[in-house]
Amino acid sequence: MNSSSATLEVENLCAHFFTKSGVVKAVDNVSFAVKSGEVLGLVGESGSGKTVTGFSILGLVDPPGRIVSGSIRYKGEELIGADKERLRHIRGNRIAMIFQDPTMTLNPVLRIDTQLIETIRAHHDTDANTARAQARDALGQVGIPSPEERLKCYPHELSGGMRQRVAIAIAFLNKPDLIIADEPTTALDVTIQAQIIHEAQTLCRESGTALVWITHDLAVVAGLADHICVMYAGRIVEEGSADNVIDQPMHPYTAGLIGSVPSHNQRGKRLAQIPGSTPSLLNLPEGCAFRTRCGFNDDTCLREPKVTHPAKGRSLRCFHPVSKGQAS
Amino acid sequence: MSVIGDKAQPLNKAPSAPDVETPFMRFRSDFMESRVAAVALALLILIILIAIFAPLIAPQNPYDLAQVDILESRQPPGAKSFQGYIFLLGSDGAGRDLFSAILYGLRISLSVGAMSGVIALAIGSVIGLAAAYSGGRTEAFIMRIVDIQLSFPAILIALMLLAVFGKGVDKIMIALVTVQWAYYARTVRSSALVERSKEYVEAANCLCLSHKRILFGHILPNCLAPLIVVGTVQTAHAIALEATLSFLGVGLPQTEPSLGLLISNGFEYMLSGRYWISFFPGIALLITIVSINLVGDQLRDVLNPRLQK
Amino acid sequence: MTAMIQTDALTKNFVQKQDFAGKMAAMLGARSPAREVQAVNQVNLVVNKGEVVGLVGESGCGKSTIGRMIAGIMEPTAGRVLYKGANVAEMTGEEEKSTKLAVQMIFQDPFASLNPRQRVSGIVGEAPLMHGLVTRSELDGYVDETLLKVGLDPDFRRRYPHQFSGGQRQRIGIARALAVKPDFLVCDEAVAALDVSIQAQVLNLFMDLREEFDLTYLFISHDLGVVEHISDRIAIMYLGRLVETSPTDELFKNPNHPYTQALLAEVPRLDQRKRTFHPLKGEIPSPIDPPGGCYFHPRCPHVFDKCRKDAPMLKEISPGRFSACHLNDKADV
Repeated sequence: MNSSSATLEVENLCAHFFTKSGVVKAVDNVSFAVKSGEVLGLVGESGSGKTVTGFSILGLVDPPGRIVSGSIRYKGEELIGADKERLRHIRGNRIAMIFQDPTMTLNPVLRIDTQLIETIRAHHDTDANTARAQARDALGQVGIPSPEERLKCYPHELSGGMRQRVAIAIAFLNKPDLIIADEPTTALDVTIQAQIIHEAQTLCRESGTALVWITHDLAVVAGLADHICVMYAGRIVEEGSADNVIDQPMHPYTAGLIGSVPSHNQRGKRLAQIPGSTPSLLNLPEGCAFRTRCGFNDDTCLREPKVTHPAKGRSLRCFHPVSKGQAS
Repeated sequence: MSVIGDKAQPLNKAPSAPDVETPFMRFRSDFMESRVAAVALALLILIILIAIFAPLIAPQNPYDLAQVDILESRQPPGAKSFQGYIFLLGSDGAGRDLFSAILYGLRISLSVGAMSGVIALAIGSVIGLAAAYSGGRTEAFIMRIVDIQLSFPAILIALMLLAVFGKGVDKIMIALVTVQWAYYARTVRSSALVERSKEYVEAANCLCLSHKRILFGHILPNCLAPLIVVGTVQTAHAIALEATLSFLGVGLPQTEPSLGLLISNGFEYMLSGRYWISFFPGIALLITIVSINLVGDQLRDVLNPRLQK
Repeated sequence: MTAMIQTDALTKNFVQKQDFAGKMAAMLGARSPAREVQAVNQVNLVVNKGEVVGLVGESGCGKSTIGRMIAGIMEPTAGRVLYKGANVAEMTGEEEKSTKLAVQMIFQDPFASLNPRQRVSGIVGEAPLMHGLVTRSELDGYVDETLLKVGLDPDFRRRYPHQFSGGQRQRIGIARALAVKPDFLVCDEAVAALDVSIQAQVLNLFMDLREEFDLTYLFISHDLGVVEHISDRIAIMYLGRLVETSPTDELFKNPNHPYTQALLAEVPRLDQRKRTFHPLKGEIPSPIDPPGGCYFHPRCPHVFDKCRKDAPMLKEISPGRFSACHLNDKADV
């Protein structure tokens, strides 16, 4: 990938939490890149570090955590350690975030129009009326019916799906180049989820915005993403195009995840399960973090696997990749 | 189903955390994070120990008339007594060693404050639990009484009760308990309401556990956190209130002088330069209440589930 | 097949009581009556012995409320719950208690469903001891046995809930339910809060337990993939009404009700790549103010006149399949 065309480049990012019980390596040497108009799915279960990765990009990691090393480049410009004013200009304007819980984005004591107009005027020199018109259009674009009335509402007067749509509208308001979406549809119903994914998809296609979609639901990224990165215990263990990763997973964890999805199993039979549970980040196994749950574990796995590129566009951290025949 | 292979580990490998981590152990390590609170707690424990062992520590028993000599009254701090010891903090208007008087006074203040707190806690908790569990009109009725009680200034209620019932340790206790129970009731009731709607209470219901069991075995233990916080702060209030009442002369009788009474006794000497008779009991009271409040502050932060990391 | 649990026109209304100011306003003539929400509306559900019935729907459809009424922790406003043919509301004494114990519930939130101040041994052992299912001397052994059944190490008995992960806590909740020897389990979104890999483990556990102890399940979930896998029959709910019930295979091959069709079309599936979502228009209506006639008509692509006026009844459209849609009547005509 030509670095000048990548909207976002993350290289060897390390974010650690310094707790009284020890150091938690929430993000450990994570690297990926997203091009303009592309959708990247960052997939992982709880404790995988995907949310902290998203927060790191926007500089939202609070003590006792901090970014320890690595590089995050937005269109070639380094974000870690950047000037505060510059970061303020970028956040909300060129890079936006959608959180899982819309109450994190929406201020419960302010009306919707206030919040939208504030976002516009914080970054552009627009007069109030134009800003209001832009806000109304934005709401219409995310599929909110009667936007003029909705503008006057407070967040609690809207349903969960509506609130998330307002959060998305806010994210798209200033036509950012990159959006980080952290599990935006996890708490929503299927029908609303489908609507929101549809809107995000359309908006990205039309405006060329790059999208990083963080989720634990493989099925959602299967339908949405161009590329997938699978995270486990703070590291990216597999990366590739969505088709490749899902049809031919190489890492035993990815294969296990796909295998345990109910629709991938015969109805009524026991689901293929990954034994054990995610290790505590305070107490990771030596070498490969997935070692204790992996069926292909042997002595070589006591060394930490480095990133390899078994095929074009694919990367992998594993000594024993699953071969074609073994994946279900 | 061997996409994972056959050598996988068995289910549920035990996490290598401490074998049993009781909620208390977790609380203790959280509490000790604040140096200030740890020091305050140490100070508080010291004060309590001093109060308990007062007869052994104090050079003189100030209420034993045989040991007190009026000729030694109003001695400044550091003066020597005829009986051989030094008046560390001076002597008061009747010739009592102030240091000993403070130690004994601490005893009274702390025990009256703590005991009234415990009784008020017990009464208030039961009432608050009953209100939360019964709901409807009963709850509304109880809470209106609580609200009325809380809208009167504590000192006013105490003074009215004492005016009606007269002086005496038991009357003071009744007054203090009457003033405090409503805080506990309100705290327990709001906590219990929150707990009552949680799923583990629904589960207990599903398992047909008795109401008594659910209230005291499930809901109450989970209301302890705010109760402890209120308890510490209220104890400080009770001690201060008792001191105020004694200072005003309607509190404990002269035969059992608390710190408040000592301050009151020394008041007349303040302007004539014999400051120590009021000053040192005042300092003792101040240190006691401040340490209780600092401990209570840290407790509030530690026990607040929203601040849990 | 004997029906183990059957509901007869089960209804639950929640009344949003007016506060004092509202009552005064109402007395003075202001038109703001106490708001009544019909969470469950005349539901007839049957679960036969040994079956797993999946109850599916989105938020506000009332599936959790039905679960709670069946488990006996919520009183119905109208209608009956029948256990082995007998009306639960009319039972007293021993019969009432043994029925309530026979129907147990597994809850959604692994963090709120366990008493944080109780050790595992207490959580699992409290009820059986209290109801005389085991004696005090047998208690420890019984608790260990139950923990093993759900895949937990008996050495964990002295630990507290906060020392366990989400999946382990769900297992403790299952052990707690099993300890009173139920024959019917209501699983209310029991795997919704778990990671995919842990979800697979717990679902497998449910299937194992069903065989080992001959259990019957009402499996409430919004996740069609999970429900498809574990259920024999599926019931779909929309805004408090049952809109379709059918054996699982037939439902997925041939969904009848337009809402079911939309649900199935919109569920993201692993094998569908780079798809364009064509979502259902419109919002889920608020249960406080539902639309007239068929509740689904504002969002239905096949809506016609009758839908706006009459609420369709659940009719048998083929053996074992029921659906509430006027389109089926049209087809007959």
